[in-house]
Amino acid sequence: MDFNDTKEEAQFRQQAKQWLEENIVQFKQEFPFEVGDNVTDSQAAELAKAWQKRKFEGGWGCLTWPKAFGGREVSIMEATIFAQEEAKVMPLAGMYIITSGMAVPTIMTHGTEEQCKQLLPSIANGERLWCQLFSEPAAGSDLAGIKTRAVKDGDDWIINGQKVWTTLAHVSDWAILVVRTDPTVAKHKGLTYFVIDMKSPGVEVRPIKQASGESEFNEVFLTDVRIPDSQRLDAVGNGWRVAMTTLMNERVAVGGAFSDNVEEILEVARTTPLGQGRAIDDCGVRQSIADWYVKAAGLKNIGLRQLSTLSKGGVPGPEASVSKLVLGIGRQDLAAMSLDILDMAGVLAEDDAMGWGSHDFFRTIGNRLEGGTDEILRNIISERVLGLPAEIRVDKDVPFNQVPSGA
Amino acid sequence: MNFEFSDEQNMLREQARAYLAEHCSTEVVRKVLESDLSFDTKLWQGTVEMGWTSAATPEEYSGLGLSEMELCVIAEELGRSLAPIPFGSSIYLAAQAVLLAGSEAQKQQWLPRLSHGETIGTLALSEGAGSPSYDLLQAQVRNGKLTAKKTPVIDGMIADMAIVVARGDSGKPGLYLADLSAAGVERKLLSSIDESRPQAEIIFTDTAVELLGEGQALIEQLLDRAAILFAFEQLGGAQRALEMAVQYASERFAFGRQIGSFQAIKHKLADMFATLEMCKANCYYAAWALTTSSDDLPLAAATARVSASQAYYQCSKENIQVHGGSGFTWELDAHLYYRRAKVLSLVIGGERRWKERVVSQLETAEAGAPTAA
Ligand SMILES: Cc1cc2nc3c(=O)[nH]c(=O)nc-3n(C[C@H](O)[C@H](O)[C@H](O)COP(=O)(O)OP(=O)(O)OC[C@H]3O[C@@H](n4cnc5c(N)ncnc54)[C@H](O)[C@@H]3O)c2cc1C
Repeated sequence: MDFNDTKEEAQFRQQAKQWLEENIVQFKQEFPFEVGDNVTDSQAAELAKAWQKRKFEGGWGCLTWPKAFGGREVSIMEATIFAQEEAKVMPLAGMYIITSGMAVPTIMTHGTEEQCKQLLPSIANGERLWCQLFSEPAAGSDLAGIKTRAVKDGDDWIINGQKVWTTLAHVSDWAILVVRTDPTVAKHKGLTYFVIDMKSPGVEVRPIKQASGESEFNEVFLTDVRIPDSQRLDAVGNGWRVAMTTLMNERVAVGGAFSDNVEEILEVARTTPLGQGRAIDDCGVRQSIADWYVKAAGLKNIGLRQLSTLSKGGVPGPEASVSKLVLGIGRQDLAAMSLDILDMAGVLAEDDAMGWGSHDFFRTIGNRLEGGTDEILRNIISERVLGLPAEIRVDKDVPFNQVPSGA
Repeated sequence: MNFEFSDEQNMLREQARAYLAEHCSTEVVRKVLESDLSFDTKLWQGTVEMGWTSAATPEEYSGLGLSEMELCVIAEELGRSLAPIPFGSSIYLAAQAVLLAGSEAQKQQWLPRLSHGETIGTLALSEGAGSPSYDLLQAQVRNGKLTAKKTPVIDGMIADMAIVVARGDSGKPGLYLADLSAAGVERKLLSSIDESRPQAEIIFTDTAVELLGEGQALIEQLLDRAAILFAFEQLGGAQRALEMAVQYASERFAFGRQIGSFQAIKHKLADMFATLEMCKANCYYAAWALTTSSDDLPLAAATARVSASQAYYQCSKENIQVHGGSGFTWELDAHLYYRRAKVLSLVIGGERRWKERVVSQLETAEAGAPTAA
């Protein structure tokens, strides 16, 4: 066991730091707005893409990728080291979670060589940002229940239906898409996976206002959208298997990227008066902060453990589901705690140093739903890790068009 | 970075697990719990012969000279098997105290005997209800004579020596070494929630003691180090309680189904697993901090300690819940873990104390370097 960098890792970290230091200054001169101060999503997307381009040109854009697609084939450990250093200076990594964390591994696993050659370079060089067209009004947790149809027409497919909760659809260039190609077979068997240009005729994106007041996600209406068969990933009817690759990577990507807000909660407690002193002097406040820190440290250490396993060639284990489960609930409670510390002033949502609490109070609602709800994660942990019986399925072997839908 | 135990350490674990499976069944635990016995002498002798008691003692004091990492591995297995022996008191507390603060002569005198189980040691810290506090510390040493009432003291009836926390002539709190066969020592067995790990009251009246070392920082250092080792015992016990629960959930039927097919049970078990995984990761990190005496040892120790206390409590109480009525019987082993979980979470100060330490360490860290997370 050793938590320090090895000599090679330390060297790599040094190189990463140096490149980041040199480039971030220049980058910020060219794009002189700070994230947070009222940057619109499209500005943030442009900024993230420009930064991706810069990284690509410097040889840091797609570190783990095969050399054939412009990568450097470095280890997961080294890629993580770069990501750690990058996160300290560039807070935009979140914009690329779906693109790099989900679309790319899916394309690499299930795409043909031709498809990889066609799709990956424009991701590497920051030209295209991707979104994920999976969930529908009647199918979220039960993703295999989607109804959006694809019907073959010559060498093309015609798509009709509606997707929902599509994060970043309004600023994305391309998307990964799951649709139903055969409603007469059991639900998992009639699905097919495509990639799609969001500018295709018939794609209409409508923002949804979230409970947080923001609009990160959208409804996406697909009306007679025509896409060529060459944009199908893997075989017709194999969509469920492909989607699983995406979802497995999603949990790793989402659970892995988090800020623990430990410094922020300490700051709130230190600057808020309480009784004769400050909130940080109050035993109850201190106990609550400790409760969160112990979780935050657990999450961090689980992440390191997972990384250590991956770097030895292991597969992502159940840790990803555990992390995502603990993180969502934990950060929601943390946000509520920060408002409680502020007491009556906790009702305010000013855009200042204390603003993160009121922002997270709402945003964390979404953390517990996106990428697998808390309940779905508990099902996964209990079934796949602990080996308990699977849920009773009334719809499993029934043709999809005969499954009761409650609608 | 490498987050795994070495092959040798894993081998040690397997060896320990196999040995304990044979020599420390829950029947052995119950024998101590249900009788006047204070510990299982045969098992204690066994751990000596296996080299566990001397594992982390340096070779010059006739130990094996392994690292604390090996001790963590052993602790986890002892916790898992609920070993009814004074291992923690004698090794994590007494031997560690001598190792940390003892003079060369004291080390020569005590470490070989502690490491070979010939002498049993313990720590006498608590003075009754409430968190131990330096401000309220009553125990006094005047001219080398200790006057104190320490209660409860784990393994206090069988210990040959105790490390006593007391205030010295200088007014500072310190660690004093007391030979419990000396004049002026009176002890009384106390009734407690887990009598497989008995507790005593010890009254010292003008008892001759030796100074080991002075200062709050030293005492805190000792407790930090012990906290990590106890956390591994807690981790082992919690893991076993979860396994028991999962097994029963798969075997027991109700309403024509395995109870493990009900989501309320599945989700409960998933939450136990999540807490346990967090605890394990925190313990591993702390083991590394302990072995390398890393700067964030105090924070890592307090974090592992709180994590482990929470995980063991959750896993042991929910294991009982999953077992239904049988979980509430004396006959079923589930209550053994529930008892031990509470004893271990209180033995060197409870959750409140350790949470306080987490935050005070965060404040110190913030004043200097950025936080670990
Ligand atoms: C912020 C945010 C961003 C998102 N981004 C995207 C995106 O980019 N692309 C995309 O495709 N989707 C996205 N989603 C959708 C997300 O994946 C779904 O919301 C999620 O899977 C839940 O589906 P649902 O909303 O239909 O709720 P439902 O599945 O209807 O769930 C309702 C409730 O029932 C519970 N439930 C359902 N099934 C079970 C079961 N078997 N056992 C126990 N409880 C169950 C759920 O846990 C939940 O509490 C996003 C969601 C959010 C909140």
